[in-house]
This record gives sequence, structure tokens and C-alpha cells, in this order.
Amino acid sequence: MVKLILRDKEYEVKAGMTLLSALKKCNIVPESVIATRNGEMILEDEILRDGDVIKLVAVISGGTW
Amino acid sequence: MKCKKCGEKASVNMRQHKLALCKEHYLEWVPEQTERFIKKYEMFTHEEKILVAVSGGKDSLALWDILHRLGYQADGLYLGLGIDGGINYSHESQRLAQKFADERGLKLHVVDIEKEYGQPIPVLSEISHRGHGKPCAVCGLVKRHEMNRIARDLGYAVLATGHNLDDEAAVLFGNTLNWSSEYLLRQGPVLPSADGLARKVKPLCRFYEREMTAYCLLRGIEYIYEECPFAEGSTSIYYKELLNQLETARPGAKLTFYLKFLEARKRGDLFIEQNVGQAHLHPCPKCGQPTSAPGLCSFCRTIEKTQQLSLSE
Repeated sequence: MVKLILRDKEYEVKAGMTLLSALKKCNIVPESVIATRNGEMILEDEILRDGDVIKLVAVISGGTW
Repeated sequence: MKCKKCGEKASVNMRQHKLALCKEHYLEWVPEQTERFIKKYEMFTHEEKILVAVSGGKDSLALWDILHRLGYQADGLYLGLGIDGGINYSHESQRLAQKFADERGLKLHVVDIEKEYGQPIPVLSEISHRGHGKPCAVCGLVKRHEMNRIARDLGYAVLATGHNLDDEAAVLFGNTLNWSSEYLLRQGPVLPSADGLARKVKPLCRFYEREMTAYCLLRGIEYIYEECPFAEGSTSIYYKELLNQLETARPGAKLTFYLKFLEARKRGDLFIEQNVGQAHLHPCPKCGQPTSAPGLCSFCRTIEKTQQLSLSE
């Protein structure tokens, strides 16, 4: 299995799918996150391997100027 | 996916540009593009002094880093808003802004709103009853006023903010939904200086928010990751999420939305061009900054009200 972590939420998907497929399966908008594996940024076409822990960095910030 | 420049493994893929780059080439590409936008929109020159509004977040620190790398004379301004939210938000963001400045030997001006005006932002908001129970309206008002005041008081030629394309597209989306013609006519990468107003520029306005996050991660810039506690559920975040759904289905949609707007605005296709400008603005009798109606500006009215209420309690 592969674990995806976004802030305080965790998701699990099967190994062997691409990052893009995994994000879609978890209902995460790909444009709204950057994925890292072992501290390295990975792209949408990356195949996720069994035991991977993917940390997702949220990119959206709010605020008023 | 391979880097378009060297064929090594890519770290960043920008579907709107059909461009994937490795870490090394991405970190070269971002400042090159920023320099291009600074020149294209005639934001400032290497001879001018720039004040960068720094929040401790990814965009403003990325902007300061890029301007520093490009050799611009850029100092920082941090406004202490006094927001805690159970996560020590203001304290932590100031620490990160100061750490960034110290590591690079850059000058950071720090202005504490509570020291200047007697109360932190959440209390100013509560007392003034502006913003429907959330301090964001007062926070925005105070930040705009103070950034302008300090830029002028300290003799900076220009005030630079870290607004990215997602910020601009979300504002544009909101203003279009409401057909806020006055705001639409004023939105752009540069707001020229006018009586009482410093020139304001947004050098990152053509980068996606995702690209600025990638820049900070690849440059090792430590920024405040936690959202402002009051931003949760905000309209601007909701609009950004909507636009990102659109972007996922139609790569480049956000960029096109913004750039086509700028083109239409420049051609004068939006509303009546003579509405643009400062003709309808009046100087506030107290602080001197321009305001849309005669009499005290919103900022001075808010501060006056909070001070009167504080005294009467």
C-alpha cells in the first residue's frame, strides 16, 4: 500500500498507480498540491511503489492585501 | 518526465507552458522570468530602492529571494499583526522572516501594529465592528495603509508584494462575478504612484502559486506553512480551489484568464477608460492618503473609533 499525507489527513492507495491517479482517487485536486517522496519532489507520472509515504504540500494560501 | 533543457529527471512540470524542468534549471528559470516581467511591465530599475512586503509566507520570501539574487536593492517590511489563533501565528511568521533576512544579511523593517495603534488586529476588528465577525477586512485595510505609509516615510521608490497569479486570478474572478468595474480597472501588475500613494508592483503575478511553493522547496526557504487562522473558509481560498479544478481540466486556464484580462484592459475594452485614475479620490484630512469619499479615510475612521471606544471603557 501507499500512504499519502496532506496536513492532518492520511489516505491509502494501492501501489503501482501513478501519482495523478492516486490524487484523483483521493479526490485531491492535483493543481492544489506538490508531492514529495523522501524529501524529493515527484511529478504526476511517477509510479507509486509499495511502502511509499507521499507527503503532499498544500499550495493554496489565503489572505487580504 | 524529463527536463526540457538537459534531459535529466524533471522536478517541476508546468502544463500551462508545456515545460518540465529539473531543480537546477527551474531555479535558473524563475529569476529569468521574473526579470522579464519586471522589464515588461516597467516595474522598477536596479537604481531604485524597493520595499518588499514580507509576511513570512512562501510568496513574499520567494520574491525577496529572487530580487536579491537578481541584484536589486530590496529591503523587507514585516507588519506584526498580533494574530495568535492558538498557533502563535504572527510570532512564528516574524521569526521566519527575520531568519531569512539574517541568513542573507538583508534589512528587515518590523512594525508592530499593537505598538503603533494600541491594539492587535483581532481587537481592532472587534472594536470597530468591521468585517462581519472576521478580522480580514480590517487586516487588509491596515496592511495596505501601513505598507503605503512606511514605503513613503522611508523614501522607497516602490512597494513590492508577493501576489502570484492565483491571487490575481481569484481577485479577478471575484470582481468579475460582482462586475466591480472600479476594481477591475485598477487591477494590474503595476499600480502607478499618485498623490499620497507609493507605486505598487507584483513581480510574481504571472507565476502560479504552485510554482512559488516549488521554488521555496527547491531553494530550501523555510516559510510559514500554517494558514492564517482567520483565512479558513475565506472566499479567496474558495475561488482558488474552483480555479484549480478548472486548471486541472484545462491547463493554462488561469493564465489565460488573467493575461487576456490585462490585454483587454490595456486596449481599453473594459468599461469606460476615463473612469481610471485618481480623479475621484480625495486626500484624507488626517493621514493625507487618498480616499474615495471626502472626509476621513476608512483607516483613520477605524482607528479613531477603536480609540474612542477604548477610552470610554
